[in-house]
Amino acid sequence: MSDISAEAPFRDALLDPSQAIPEGLLDGAGTPAGRRYDVYRNNIAVSLTEALETGFPAVAKLLGEQNFKGVAGFYLRHHPPKSARMMFYGQAFGEFLESFEPLAKFPYLGDVARLEFALRESYHAADHIALDPQTFAVEPEALMALTFRLAPSMRLISSPWPVYSLWAFNMAGGPKPIAGAQDVVILRTEFDPEPHLLGSGGRAFIEALAMQTTLGDAYEEALAIAPDFDLSSVLSLLIAQGALQGTTQ
Amino acid sequence: MFLKREETMSKLVKTAAVAGAVAAALVTHTSTATAQAKEKCFGVSLAGKNDCAAGPGTTCAGSSTVDYQGNAWTLVDAGTCADIELPAMADGTARMGSLTELERDLPAS
Repeated sequence: MSDISAEAPFRDALLDPSQAIPEGLLDGAGTPAGRRYDVYRNNIAVSLTEALETGFPAVAKLLGEQNFKGVAGFYLRHHPPKSARMMFYGQAFGEFLESFEPLAKFPYLGDVARLEFALRESYHAADHIALDPQTFAVEPEALMALTFRLAPSMRLISSPWPVYSLWAFNMAGGPKPIAGAQDVVILRTEFDPEPHLLGSGGRAFIEALAMQTTLGDAYEEALAIAPDFDLSSVLSLLIAQGALQGTTQ
Repeated sequence: MFLKREETMSKLVKTAAVAGAVAAALVTHTSTATAQAKEKCFGVSLAGKNDCAAGPGTTCAGSSTVDYQGNAWTLVDAGTCADIELPAMADGTARMGSLTELERDLPAS
């Protein structure tokens, strides 16, 4: 296959079973090698399906093995990998699940997939050095004016569905999900990222901090959205999981 | 800046609330920090269940193909690694977790 013009049909037919096997394929003995192409075609579909199963275990559990393989077969043909690094495969899976008509009865699958992909992104994100808790040992005025940078491995997921409960029920032995919107923050303390359920106002608070809003103003923004906002529990989580970094100054 | 009396009060209340929340958060942190320290614990993962969120295409996720594979690790609370009880090996010898990679139970290569 040294001729570059021969590569396009070879590649295109790999993910499209309706296309004919490219002509001119020969084995070592010079005889036609069409069946070898079929083997290659199958290996690609199987390995991409396995990559999706590895990357989206909660979705796979929710769908069941056979269903998942079927859905994966559609996805991998419509969204072949854009990068050779398989750890990044599946970025559009959430969007795909939401738009895939046969799954219209399960509208929450997309957000579960987004949560699982965000966990993977978090795993591969850069390391950081967590803030020294001594930073908080300042006068009240200075405390209110503190700003932070957030860990590069932090991810926020907001869903009209109980996305955290769906994940936890399938992956961590959590209780059966109850319908309702949930906000999730993914934090990576050491090696593995973990999703954490946020209380009301938690997301607004973290988003404000991410914009370099001061601690005092971020608190007020969260309170304005959620009068029952619990600052202490969100701060405990962010500090315990090492999600806050000092500002560059 | 001149503040009306209520504004001054409101600001004081908020400052106090933030200071209180920070103090409470730091107390929680200090009491849980030691308990949450993790260590890599080799040889206690079930096949394909080793704690690794690296995802597909890595040598890590689900790559342990043999139960209790010696070179796959999972995270356990510090200090408990060697206490985890695992089923005995086929020949009846006790199987214990280890903090270093183990030579046993490797997949046939």
